[in-house]
Amino acid sequence: MKFGVITFPGSNCDKDMVYVLRDIMNLEVEELWHKDQNLKGADVIVLPGGFSYGDYLRSGAIANFSPVMKEVITHANNGGYVLGICNGFQILCESGLLEGTLLHNNNQKFICKNTYLKPISKTAPLTKDLDSEKAYKIPIAHGEGRFFANEQTLKSLEENDQILFQYCDESGAITTEANPNGALKNIAGICNKNKNVFGMMPHPERAADKELRNEDGKIIFETWFNLIK
Amino acid sequence: MISATASGVGNPVFIVGSSTGKDGIHGAAFASKDITEDSMDDLPAVQVGDPFQEKLLLEATLELAKTDAVVGMQDMGAAGITCSTCEMSAAGKVGMKIDLDKVPTRQKGMKDWEILLSESQERMLVVVEKGKEAIVQAIFDKWDLNCAEIGSVTDDGMVEFSYEGRIAACVNADSLVLGGGAPIYEREYKAPAYYEAYKKFSIDSVKEPESLVEVADFLLSHPNIASKKWIYEQYDSMVGAGTMSTNKPTDAGIVNVKGTDKALAMTVDCNSRYVNADPEVGCAIAVSEAARNIACSGGHPSAITNCLNFGNPYNPESYWQFVGSIKGMSAACEKFNTPVTGGNVSFYNQSVIDGIEVPVFPTPTIGMLGIVEDKDRIMSLDFKQKGDLIFQIGKTVNDIASSEYLYSYHNVKASPAPYFNLEEEFAMQQTVKGLIENKLVNAAHDCADGGLFVTLAEMSMPNELGFDIVTDSEVREDAFLFGEAQGRVVVTVENETEEDFLDFMIASNVPFTLLGHVTQGKMNVDEVNYGFSSEAKKQFDSALGNIMNKN
Repeated sequence: MKFGVITFPGSNCDKDMVYVLRDIMNLEVEELWHKDQNLKGADVIVLPGGFSYGDYLRSGAIANFSPVMKEVITHANNGGYVLGICNGFQILCESGLLEGTLLHNNNQKFICKNTYLKPISKTAPLTKDLDSEKAYKIPIAHGEGRFFANEQTLKSLEENDQILFQYCDESGAITTEANPNGALKNIAGICNKNKNVFGMMPHPERAADKELRNEDGKIIFETWFNLIK
Repeated sequence: MISATASGVGNPVFIVGSSTGKDGIHGAAFASKDITEDSMDDLPAVQVGDPFQEKLLLEATLELAKTDAVVGMQDMGAAGITCSTCEMSAAGKVGMKIDLDKVPTRQKGMKDWEILLSESQERMLVVVEKGKEAIVQAIFDKWDLNCAEIGSVTDDGMVEFSYEGRIAACVNADSLVLGGGAPIYEREYKAPAYYEAYKKFSIDSVKEPESLVEVADFLLSHPNIASKKWIYEQYDSMVGAGTMSTNKPTDAGIVNVKGTDKALAMTVDCNSRYVNADPEVGCAIAVSEAARNIACSGGHPSAITNCLNFGNPYNPESYWQFVGSIKGMSAACEKFNTPVTGGNVSFYNQSVIDGIEVPVFPTPTIGMLGIVEDKDRIMSLDFKQKGDLIFQIGKTVNDIASSEYLYSYHNVKASPAPYFNLEEEFAMQQTVKGLIENKLVNAAHDCADGGLFVTLAEMSMPNELGFDIVTDSEVREDAFLFGEAQGRVVVTVENETEEDFLDFMIASNVPFTLLGHVTQGKMNVDEVNYGFSSEAKKQFDSALGNIMNKN
């Protein structure tokens, strides 16, 4: 299985993602450039965090028009796996591969801190084998991370088991206090109906190195990769 | 490594990055003027930064550094093209011919002097090896950034700028740079009257409060002491996935050097209250506290940078504060063997209120870098388990001078810098490093703002443990708990290592005191309860946010 990590101008978590996949998890990684016209044989595409195109207009709005995104959309529509983290999630929402949108945090401030996530979806490969009783410690770092969708979309996300993670407290309780940004229903990540395109605001790649004393993100990656390899 | 030096007659000179605009003209001069109601008129002097362009330039520059095409490179800061061309030329004892017509500009019709002085951000001057221009061009094309050849290196030491077919300026590069022809001023300075007056302070003039619990409460919620979380959570502290302090609280910030046994330790310090009371001592304390943070984290100090903020240098009293600070900084840097690798100086930091200049407190901020040789020896500051013994390394002094407690709780502004002795400080830090290297302690935290009580509370909060300590009858209890005498670190020791710890300490000749032990969560001093650390943590974490949200 080959991974493709895309660098957009302004991406700043691309190298961290490559480091985790290649150096920590010993996986094959292709570094992709936003001007690339093909995905170089990658099976799983990762859109990393950062501030692509300076977050001008709206976060993720301009990256959606990068040449490589045409390929990503085709790949996704053919059932290929795509994971968007933080800015990558915003780009996936802008591209229409994922539903809903990401608004400014309700305190109108950028927030960087550890949060806890509860895996929800029992059918999405990213979460189905995770421990649903465990609160995974994964950091966030965003200014526009408040997930929002209209009632109808939310209903269909719930009915189709598309909610990947909800923010919770250290003990796993999904509370208002544990919601860092005001996201609808504490939603931290979702997937598409077909369950091959995933988006999440928290950064599992920042919690995947034992030297940083938190490997909860690595558990999420491993559980998923074991299922799809 | 790339040097900011031009060399090789005939080599082409490139400007890369953003276009040159009319922003930031006389920017450095503006930064040195009083901010008044009329400052709006100087708006063009303010540079408009663009982090996105900066990120692209950074990436392109890193890519360029991996090639062999670069002879020298310098970023454009104060005085824009003028400064970077002259500094690079003077450093290489060469000259340059620059054609200003070739500089990409943001608007049409810019005057020659505007192009020369613009401080538009995100630009670099690059001297390229002749014949390798295409390598540079390709990298900047990839990142969609400007890359224009604007001139070449000459051998006569003169920097000549041409524009629209005529010579716009021609200067001897050396005449504009420090250590070359740039003038050096000897300004007049004199100690202000307050300096001697502050020294007359005696602790006996301050009545010890009835309740020290109330003082502890006051200090933990004071904005100078409370957690700065409200601020730092608004910045990305984890990008690069190398921050080792996120899940392991340490005195200095620790950044992983991936693929090695090493890590970097970084810290920033300055208590301007101390510097105001005594610039020489205060600035030596700033350096020492930075070194103490690094020592407590398991590192060795390597070098410092600084950010020196003072009032009007033509005011002899403000300039006296500057001179004293530099003396103190030099003494401490020599002791800790930390060269000053760079920094910046900002004068005229003052407000004019009713025609009177009111300068800021002299604030020579020290940023220190250290190296942790062995990542396994990084020391954290949090109490680990109930029952561990708590020791203070360094001596207890009957001193409350310039403490937050004296200044803010008692509202006494006139006192000298707190107790400080550079030799004792150095010996104490060497001992702390030895304790960490020999794995004799399981937590270390320096004693700084707010004194010993705040140190103990900060060590308690992460794991919601507590402490039970006794004070020393030789000093006043308020001085023991809240005095800010320097040269102290608190460590915890497991019962099993106590003997080895004591042997090591006795051999070190550095004074130390057994304070007490770690508890389940209660904070006790001489059998008086100061509450639970879980409650203190809530108060400490939310105090600054509460103040900011109120306004």
